[in-house]
Amino acid sequence: MKIVIIGNGMVGYKFCEKLIAKSSPLSFNITIFGEEIRPAYDRVHLTEFFAGKTAEDLSLAPADWYAEHHIQLFLGDPIKEIDREKKLVHSVRGLSLEYDILILATGSAAFVPPIPGVEKNGVFIYRTIEDLELMKQWARKSKRGAVIGGGLLGLEAAKAMLDLGITDTHVIEFAPRLMPRQIDEAGSAILKNKLEALGLKILTNTNTTEIQGDESIRAMQFADQSHIEVDMLVISAGIKPRDELAKLAGLETGQRGGIVVNERMQTSDPNIYAIGECALYKNMIYGLVAPGYEMAEVVADHLVGGQKSFSGFDMSTKLKLIGVDVASFGDPFVQACDGRTVVLEDNMKGVYKRINISTDGKYLLGGILIGDADAYNMLLQTAKNKVILPPNPEDIILGSRAGETSGDSVSALPDDAIICSCETVTKENICKAVSLYNCESVDEIKKCTKAGTGCGGCVPMVKDLMLHTMAANGKYVRNTICEHFHYSRQELFDLIKINQLKSYDDVLDMFGKNDGCEICKPAVASILASLWNELILDKGNATAQDSNDRFLANIQKGGTYSVVPRIPGGEITPDKLIVIGEVAKEYHLYTKITGGQRIDLFGAHLSDLPAIWKKLIEAGFESGHAYGKALRTVKSCVGSTWCRFGLHDSVSFAIQIEERYRGLRAPHKIKSGVSGCIRECAEARAKDFGIIATEKGWNLYVCGNGGSKPQHALLFATDLDSETCIKYIDRFLMFYIKTADPLMRTAPWLNKMEGGITYLQNVIINDSLGIATELEKEMQLLVDNYKCEWKEVVDNPELQKKFNHFVNAPNEKDPSVQFEPMREQKKVADWR
Amino acid sequence: MTITETEGRTSWFIACKAEDVPVNGGVCVKYHDRQIALFHFARRGAWYATQNECPHRNQMALSRGMIGSRDTEPKVACPFHKKTFSLETGECLNGDDYQIKTYPVKIISGLVYIGIDQDEN
Ligand SMILES: Cc1cc2nc3c(=O)[nH]c(=O)nc-3n(C[C@H](O)[C@H](O)[C@H](O)COP(=O)(O)OP(=O)(O)OC[C@H]3O[C@@H](n4cnc5c(N)ncnc54)[C@H](O)[C@@H]3O)c2cc1C
Ligand code: SF4
Ligand code: SF4
Repeated sequence: MKIVIIGNGMVGYKFCEKLIAKSSPLSFNITIFGEEIRPAYDRVHLTEFFAGKTAEDLSLAPADWYAEHHIQLFLGDPIKEIDREKKLVHSVRGLSLEYDILILATGSAAFVPPIPGVEKNGVFIYRTIEDLELMKQWARKSKRGAVIGGGLLGLEAAKAMLDLGITDTHVIEFAPRLMPRQIDEAGSAILKNKLEALGLKILTNTNTTEIQGDESIRAMQFADQSHIEVDMLVISAGIKPRDELAKLAGLETGQRGGIVVNERMQTSDPNIYAIGECALYKNMIYGLVAPGYEMAEVVADHLVGGQKSFSGFDMSTKLKLIGVDVASFGDPFVQACDGRTVVLEDNMKGVYKRINISTDGKYLLGGILIGDADAYNMLLQTAKNKVILPPNPEDIILGSRAGETSGDSVSALPDDAIICSCETVTKENICKAVSLYNCESVDEIKKCTKAGTGCGGCVPMVKDLMLHTMAANGKYVRNTICEHFHYSRQELFDLIKINQLKSYDDVLDMFGKNDGCEICKPAVASILASLWNELILDKGNATAQDSNDRFLANIQKGGTYSVVPRIPGGEITPDKLIVIGEVAKEYHLYTKITGGQRIDLFGAHLSDLPAIWKKLIEAGFESGHAYGKALRTVKSCVGSTWCRFGLHDSVSFAIQIEERYRGLRAPHKIKSGVSGCIRECAEARAKDFGIIATEKGWNLYVCGNGGSKPQHALLFATDLDSETCIKYIDRFLMFYIKTADPLMRTAPWLNKMEGGITYLQNVIINDSLGIATELEKEMQLLVDNYKCEWKEVVDNPELQKKFNHFVNAPNEKDPSVQFEPMREQKKVADWR
Repeated sequence: MTITETEGRTSWFIACKAEDVPVNGGVCVKYHDRQIALFHFARRGAWYATQNECPHRNQMALSRGMIGSRDTEPKVACPFHKKTFSLETGECLNGDDYQIKTYPVKIISGLVYIGIDQDEN
């Protein structure tokens, strides 16, 4: 039988794959025509092209694959006409081919509204690799961008613009809110705030009436008479099914586009099928891959005599890449008569979660997640598999932390739960891949089962399932550092300690292979510092440090550095303030108060750093370790010495703690705070460890984080005296330093810890592992070994030599560094 | 002051003393208006030179990056966003379309020479 497929996109390709898998070789004679010049590629992950993926990386299968399976592939040669009477297709390059069965998989095109000026240079659509190549080139000279369309794709395009370096980007939406089809009003409002925080400017209720400029776009004019200046525009206002061929051939199409099909995906001509985004089933276009793949399955099945049929598809989606979690699943909007709705809204954190539950409270019908969509896969599966809800369904969005790990929740799913809906892979398939075929990485599971190769949304769940199954099989799960070390950080920590190794090269020689890289070098350097607290620039370790540690300062945009002297507890004398001011003036530094109650001096040339620090050290300052994965600051409120509510002297305690742990290196930065009473002016609960005064002593909280995923610290111990409080902190920090993965802060460390906070309390307070004394001893060693790194440099002319920009012109500064004036100070010139 | 000598199409200039370059690390060398990153890859007993500018955000920073390898390919990672480049071919190893310039290096009696193609002078 001769099968001709028009369209070599995601669905056209998938159809070939499925048909081959189902039929005996050569039982079909398959030909596929593609309009694009490349074989089908992963359009869903198109945006990753900007993040460095190449066309080959995105490719679904190389041209050889088609040849191997005896599929004739014609690329760059679109079909221009279908002759239904003679059962022939004619291509633009003049090929004519007979078919018995014709498959239309022509996908869709970007819908471009008829705005005057859309033809100008600098206006793009977002659909193919070529579109992205053109955008990339144009973006080099663009400063101000805009995207028309605030839907799923528009937001993805907007984030891509930011990543292309166009920091001034507008999103223009005609409707009164963003993503109107997937999320409700309250959710949209929170999403808008979050996107604005990323730097996007959002205009809703805005109708573009004209695109202005000569040859190239210069500005956009809106219906309300306002306008903005832009030099690059992406139009993402929806899709238009490619039904032009079908129309020409007289097949039935929908009023608003799309080729009408029945549940077997047959068009009005039974020998012609339509699948993917061009097909219109029950008046609906399915603009996602998973339903397209399902359609491909139905047709392939039909052709080998099967009975499968299409009956609509779940349109749940999760926004990828934007840096803000957004997801909607099942029925996100449920009417009051069909069920009830539970909403959790936290404007401060920017989290909005809504779930819709059946009236009898048994089933989850759908919902919306914004700001935190970790639970997406779990909830989607709960809804799809009709898992009976617990008595308090609210709990599933409140999020349980301590104690429960995600492994527990995946184990609750039935074996036939579909984990990857793009490829229809069940939980059982994945568990088998792990148990029977020894797949022990997500990549191996992808190869073996195809799970996670479509939209990729299920990957976290696949990983959880894998780890869970491995653990259930008694396998040891290890998280190795990189290709050079086949150990976890914790293992390496112990090995380095037992063998008393003190330099990166020794560690590499003994436990690693090849030459190391930018991942293992700082990880090992940090372990060495955490173990011995020797000067990090000694023993040849300088070049194993991240640039910041190597030059003991934070590298900033433009290549200059910032200088942050330690100001323990945020307390500073007028004399010291004056010195900071003088130094800043002398070296033309931009000054700003940081969030950690100290002063940051920006814009220092590398070669000025030693002289700047000499002055600061003479005035009694020390390094603030702002450049290191180390203790940053202990923030404090003014406490009982001045505040009428204060219960204890929070400043003195903060200073004592900051001085104790200054210079302490850890897997990631550590922050702390001390508040003088429960009003919590020091925001101690946002810190890795925080202390709040009580009537009787101090309450200690641990494992809080600000950052991109904020999390409050949990109450760890109450009413402690100062000495016990410090003892617990010693043990806690040392335990964290020894067991966390590289670059893992305390909050995710605790989240991953089996047994959670209760386990941690047992180890630290009840000494359940019998290591408390050892932890204290190790910490004391670090405290005793502390030296100010900058003082060592200032006292050592040999070390100072390393702080020149040019090795052969030590007195010259980097001429490429450029500043611009801003509010009586300066700023660095923008990225180019 | 720069001292150059010519050999075929390449003219060599003295960049610095070998000992001025940190072991397994880099420094920046000035050559007229050009900034060149010079690396002493001591683990392999090799020397490499590339442009100092990272093409990702046009920052003069590669000489301050960490060096290492991917499989057998020697590479440097830009300290800003950890884009990595082959020290041998200058190709970007993260898959981006960037390419950096590389220069030949030779060591003669403790002095580091960097070679510049004459067509570029
Ligand atoms: C940036 C972006 C992000 C996306 N993100 C997601 C996501 O997160 N999740 C999700 O599920 N979906 C996502 N999608 C949608 C998804 O890519 C599509 O649903 C899917 O590609 C549809 O497959 P298709 O084969 O129907 O169409 P396409 O992949 O568009 O393939 C159709 C092909 O047919 C060709 N063609 C058309 N006419 C002819 C002709 N006459 N002759 C020959 N060839 C022809 C076209 O050139 C095209 O190559 C995204 C899409 C884009 C653009
Ligand atoms: S936390 Fe309490 S003691 Fe500290 S400043 Fe606020 S009110 Fe005063
Ligand atoms: S200072 Fe911190 S929060 Fe601000 S832009 Fe830089 S990384 Fe982001």
